[in-house]
Amino acid sequence: MSDTVLKVHNISKAYRIGLKDQQHDTLGAALVSWIKSPLRNFKRVKDLSRIHADKNEADIFWALRNISFELKQGEVLGIIGKNGAGKSTLLKILSRITEPSSGRVEIYGRVASLLEVGTGFNPELTGRENVFLNGTILGMTRNEIELKFDQIIYFSGVEKFIDTPVKRYSSGMKVRLAFAVAAHLDPDILIIDEVLAVGDAEFQKKCLGKIQDVAGNKGKTVLFVSHDMKTISGLCTRSILLVNGQIEKVGNTNDVIDHYLRNFDVLDYKKEWPELEKAPGDSAVKLKSISAIDESGTSKKFFDITEKIGIEIDYVVYQPALEIWHGLNFYNAEGVNIFDSHNITSDYYNQPHTPGEHTITAWIPGNFLAEGKVILNVAIFNHSNHFIHLHEMEVISFDVVDYLRNDVLSSRGKSTGKFPGMVRPLLIWK
Amino acid sequence: MSERRLHIIIEKKKGRSALNFKELIAYKDLLYFMVLRDFTVVYKQSVLGLAWAFINPIFSILIFSVVFGKLAGVPSDGIPYPIFSCAAILPWTYFSSTINASGSSLISSSGVFTKVYFPRLIIPLVPVLSKLVDFGVSFVLLIIMMFYYEYYPTLKLLLLPVFMLIMIMATVGLGAWLSSLAIQYRDVKFGLTFAVPLLMYAAPVVFPASLILEKFGEKAYYLYGLYPMVGVIEGFRAAITDRPVPWIIVGMSAFGASLLLFIGIRIFKSLESRFADVA
Repeated sequence: MSDTVLKVHNISKAYRIGLKDQQHDTLGAALVSWIKSPLRNFKRVKDLSRIHADKNEADIFWALRNISFELKQGEVLGIIGKNGAGKSTLLKILSRITEPSSGRVEIYGRVASLLEVGTGFNPELTGRENVFLNGTILGMTRNEIELKFDQIIYFSGVEKFIDTPVKRYSSGMKVRLAFAVAAHLDPDILIIDEVLAVGDAEFQKKCLGKIQDVAGNKGKTVLFVSHDMKTISGLCTRSILLVNGQIEKVGNTNDVIDHYLRNFDVLDYKKEWPELEKAPGDSAVKLKSISAIDESGTSKKFFDITEKIGIEIDYVVYQPALEIWHGLNFYNAEGVNIFDSHNITSDYYNQPHTPGEHTITAWIPGNFLAEGKVILNVAIFNHSNHFIHLHEMEVISFDVVDYLRNDVLSSRGKSTGKFPGMVRPLLIWK
Repeated sequence: MSERRLHIIIEKKKGRSALNFKELIAYKDLLYFMVLRDFTVVYKQSVLGLAWAFINPIFSILIFSVVFGKLAGVPSDGIPYPIFSCAAILPWTYFSSTINASGSSLISSSGVFTKVYFPRLIIPLVPVLSKLVDFGVSFVLLIIMMFYYEYYPTLKLLLLPVFMLIMIMATVGLGAWLSSLAIQYRDVKFGLTFAVPLLMYAAPVVFPASLILEKFGEKAYYLYGLYPMVGVIEGFRAAITDRPVPWIIVGMSAFGASLLLFIGIRIFKSLESRFADVA
């Protein structure tokens, strides 16, 4: 069957963004402005929902512009693009949460959208109650949920706690239960936003498997948005690259990803080379991916200052008995080299490698880096002859932030405000 | 494929969209579970639980009976002041608490409707239904008072559902209206905190509607009936005591409530498409 189930015809979406408030130099001017402010506020709040598409107003932002594409029955389409490229807006329009400013979408069949895992979960309610609430929010009927209830609970793996209020669940359990509900929706078209970015690696795999099953075996149509190029390339045959609200490229997923990585990829907390031919390195060793991970193995952008940060390097060795070193250079946003590190502690240190894929992780202790952006260079080289197999500059970056957690101490204590320095160790004061 | 496939068209709506009853009915289970959630969550971790549905009106009746009945000597159409105020406080408590909850319902559930599509009208409808449970429980209080003051139930009690229907229509209309404004203009939420008590003194809660007739004349009295809670409260009073049902006032209120329902839903539907953008 190759009938079209989704037709997007020339849709655009405009939002109004607030302009900067006027600044006043004198107290008098400020006072006058304050008195007039209700009128101005009214106009501003009212204008939030008034967009004159024909006028080119300064504070209009086009989240999407002239998007057209079609989706055939059983197709799995990926949507990639940077934050703010319009991916979420597109999904919101297709899920009927917001309407386009112009253009038209036609959908044949039942749509379920998963823009978030666990929408409407109430912490006071038990797991069982939340399954029914969340299920009906996602568009299932009570009957459908009752029929699938046992499967949902089995899939989630939280059978024992199903009658416990969800507020006593760990965040992982919550995500499992919520995804289990979503996984048992049975729509004709499934729309998924980056919901897989949550949960532990094992569960993520389970979720991906489920999506693959839905798409491959059941012949459902899936629209999938993700940052994770690996997931996209594994799931989707065709993809769309959105740049600044416009379609930059449509086509074969690998071509689209390649185009994206080559032209638009700015530093992310994770960088992968889906095609090894194009990966950095030489005939002896190639870099496959590098990412900043936390202790649970999840790669992410923001790390609490008290958290250990792991730099995970995936590489493929081709040359038998290759002896290599790994190196990392850490820079802050000002370009200052905070420190370098070479792998001299692991089992890989000056040991011959077997051909194949290897993973190594360097751990930066918590309470060490100062808050701010950290940018990394990575190198793989030979110790004895100083031969450099690869040295990739500014390959990934992550951010260290102080969430002022209550359970762990950071160097800030409870103080906020400016805190200079390139590193911020927690010293022992006696 | 035997079943006809659903065909959805998404585009910018011109003007307002009609109320889609079929879709609302398709989502009745969602309404049910949201009502159940509201009801469960309110009394979870509460020691007295549903008893609060009694306690609030009991204290209001006590205070009103002392302040207005005894001290101020407000007339009560010849029936004992406590039962006179009880008949008003029960529907009023329902009305005011539902308007507050319904009015801010879109704001408090913006996390849900910006992520999933379902008929948005369900959101302000949820408090309308969940508060009915409290209202039903507090009825026991009314029955007790009726027996205490020796007003034994008559067939007129069967009219209560009619008055309740007027009350619910007005609540749905006002709730939908206020919630759709509040999502864009948060001022509505602040305004409600003082508007609701004002509305109470405008309704014949502490005084009988007959006082309006007495002080302002017949025309004002009938116009006053357009305020839906006037017919509801006077209807309740007549249903549980030996007073005659003021049919003209009830009729005016039924008209007022229908108008409010119509306008409220119309405004809601015309603003609906922007909710996710302004939330």
